[in-house]
Amino acid sequence: MLYVVRDLPPRGDVEAPLHAKSSEVGSPAAGTYYIESSYKDAGTDNIVTVVLADYRGFDTFGETVVVFAAGAACLLILRGRRRS
Amino acid sequence: MKSVGVSPIVRLACRCMARLIQIFALYVIFHGHYSPGGGFQGGALLAAAVILIRIGEGRPVSQVELSSSATLGIGSFGALLFGGVGLLALLGGGNFLQYDALPSFGLSPVGLHYWGILVIELGVALAVMAILVSIFDVLTEDDESEG
Amino acid sequence: MNGFFEDYSAYIMCFLLLTVGLYGMLLKRNYVKKVIGMTIFQAAIILFFILTAYKEGGTVPVKDPTLPLDQADAYINPLPHALMLTAIVVGVATVGVALSLLIRVYGAYGSLDEDKIQQEASK
Repeated sequence: MLYVVRDLPPRGDVEAPLHAKSSEVGSPAAGTYYIESSYKDAGTDNIVTVVLADYRGFDTFGETVVVFAAGAACLLILRGRRRS
Repeated sequence: MKSVGVSPIVRLACRCMARLIQIFALYVIFHGHYSPGGGFQGGALLAAAVILIRIGEGRPVSQVELSSSATLGIGSFGALLFGGVGLLALLGGGNFLQYDALPSFGLSPVGLHYWGILVIELGVALAVMAILVSIFDVLTEDDESEG
Repeated sequence: MNGFFEDYSAYIMCFLLLTVGLYGMLLKRNYVKKVIGMTIFQAAIILFFILTAYKEGGTVPVKDPTLPLDQADAYINPLPHALMLTAIVVGVATVGVALSLLIRVYGAYGSLDEDKIQQEASK
């Protein structure tokens, strides 16, 4: 892994592919698109909030369900403890 | 973890701190549109306040704050609030969670996005708070009944 | 840009943290220590993702009245932040499930040591 690390873009590189304006096939790249159009789309200053709840709302919904399932699993695992 | 000899200083500090943390959590949730913050962080802070009271004051007092049996209900309410907004958009003729399709009360599409995000953050905060508290409750159940 | 150390030391620290977590997960005998190793592993991955989001001279991804939004280089990338926010909460829930399973294991075998549990289970 220490060998491979040299192939990563250096820290804070503005030119890194992650921060590009458009992807290799020409569609707008996610990060830059979110920065440019989030306020126009949702009227909200915090871009992370918009990405989390608007563009990737389905993702966040699944995540909430996962957290809920984890809580239910804890309850089910430990409920019968005192009887055993 | 016997809660027999909790000193008055600890109890007073817990009481003061918990209220401050709760106010800060509400600020984080509702100000998440303008500054770093949002449902997850606010929910975690609310859970921290409740758990602080659970530890500092013992179980009987903290049951008034948020009873263990209510946590799973609140959690599912939060998750359903999230899903309900999504389904409402579906009923309005859009995709799941497409805020433009929500019934507008004289709001522009951008305003609908704004309020939709706020409701969703609230649902996330409730779910996260309730689930974290319920995990803590379940993990420490035995200690309380022994002590 | 600034020489190898400035550019890559943060990545190397991330990978060291990853290795510490992997070591804890694979070689420690106690299950609680394995869970702690998993948490360290998770933290390393989260740090790595946040690291990739950083841009030289960028500010937090919250709209600043003095910075126009079409000037994308002035804001760091919001996407890894949003993804890791969910990852952190899911991580906490996962640790909760793991600990509750460990409580059940301790109740069944009276120990959290891997060897003792295997001895007990093979009887």
